[in-house]
Amino acid sequence: MKPASFEYYAPRSLSEALEQISQVGDDGGKILAGGQSLVPAMNFRMAQPTALVDLNGLPELFYIHPTDSGGLMIGAMTRDRVVELDDNVKLRAPIIPECLHWLAHPTIRNRGTFGGALAHSDPAGQLPVVAASLQFNFKLQSKKGERWVNADEFFVSVYTTCLEADEILTAIEVPALSKHAGTSFQQVSRQSGESALVGIATIIELDTDGKIKNGRIAYMGVAEKPVMATEAMKLLKGNKPTDDLIAEAIHGTVTKELDPGADIHASVEYRRHLAQALGVKSVREAIARAAK
Amino acid sequence: MSDLINIKVTVNGKIYERSVEPRMLLSDFIRFELGLGGTHVGCEHGVCGTCTILFDGKPQRSCITFAVQADGHTIETVESLGTPEKMSPLQQAFQEKHGAQCGFCTPGILMTMTAFLKENPHPSEEEIREGIDGNLCRCTGYQNIIEAVKLAADNMDSKS
Repeated sequence: MKPASFEYYAPRSLSEALEQISQVGDDGGKILAGGQSLVPAMNFRMAQPTALVDLNGLPELFYIHPTDSGGLMIGAMTRDRVVELDDNVKLRAPIIPECLHWLAHPTIRNRGTFGGALAHSDPAGQLPVVAASLQFNFKLQSKKGERWVNADEFFVSVYTTCLEADEILTAIEVPALSKHAGTSFQQVSRQSGESALVGIATIIELDTDGKIKNGRIAYMGVAEKPVMATEAMKLLKGNKPTDDLIAEAIHGTVTKELDPGADIHASVEYRRHLAQALGVKSVREAIARAAK
Repeated sequence: MSDLINIKVTVNGKIYERSVEPRMLLSDFIRFELGLGGTHVGCEHGVCGTCTILFDGKPQRSCITFAVQADGHTIETVESLGTPEKMSPLQQAFQEKHGAQCGFCTPGILMTMTAFLKENPHPSEEEIREGIDGNLCRCTGYQNIIEAVKLAADNMDSKS
């Protein structure tokens, strides 16, 4: 239960960090953010990075800025607990504090970071599904320059993102919510702070007649990465939502698009049942909030 | 073995300078380098919560932080709370309500709830339950712990 040896770098500026990761990234060096998932994996020796570039000493990566367009720009090292309690976040993207409440425990969120939880790409993680439904944009920097990618591109598979070995996720843009949009986050887990058996993040935008103009529904815990409920959205879009329509739409996704696995905690049937129940609950909540 | 790194950490108000391997966990640093055995180590992967300390005033798990990361920072451990003769209000309440039980999870719970009561001096029972949900007690006697936190809040309130 002790980590293997590694070289430790504590850069004092982002350019220094980019230089260091460019030197060690190809040889198994990793970025250390909050370490709340990485260090446990190192203690078990499931992860044995040869070097760690620790971003905790870079104040330039800790910030939450409201953007002119009505969204948010969040520095990758901002602690999850800080994001959870931030007034701008509550106002502009209330689904984020709602989902963070489910992410482990306050003690973990005191150290864990917003960028770290996203770059970890945990298939049962809360932030990746929220990122997929709200379409977060990710700023990836390397010594060579920077690029922006969206959530569809960023999440590749289990614990895998599109980040190259020499890149650092430095900022996350949360797009503005339309005035007529509502969001909802739901999950079921065995106990508080445990990873989700199934979870869901939904955004629904209504038009002025109360019909569904647009939306995105993302499931977690049912595949290697967030799964978009495109079947459900196909049926919902352009229609006035009724309870029957919502149930039918979610049923389409649950039967055609989700292929959950079984483990000792939940059978395939139970996960499908949860996906249906949470799907209906989440879409209804998002619609009710959008109508306000 | 990788090179030793010199660090300077303030623990319970005292400055310590040591040379450590990067892979040394903060929990091991506190226990074996500084000889402060009050911080317990249970699961050693961030789940059980008994290694919880205050890092710059905020509860954090010392078993999933490296000692080198504490360089220049301030740590408080359970030893900072009080002495057998002069216990903190929370420790006093734990004694009165028998919240310690076997005592293994106690240091983590005391540190977590010391910070919790500072942030939220008048917690509801629900909030207390949520506040300790990251700390496992395998005596499974959470009831006494919750009563102790409630009593501490009441006692601190009547004094202020």
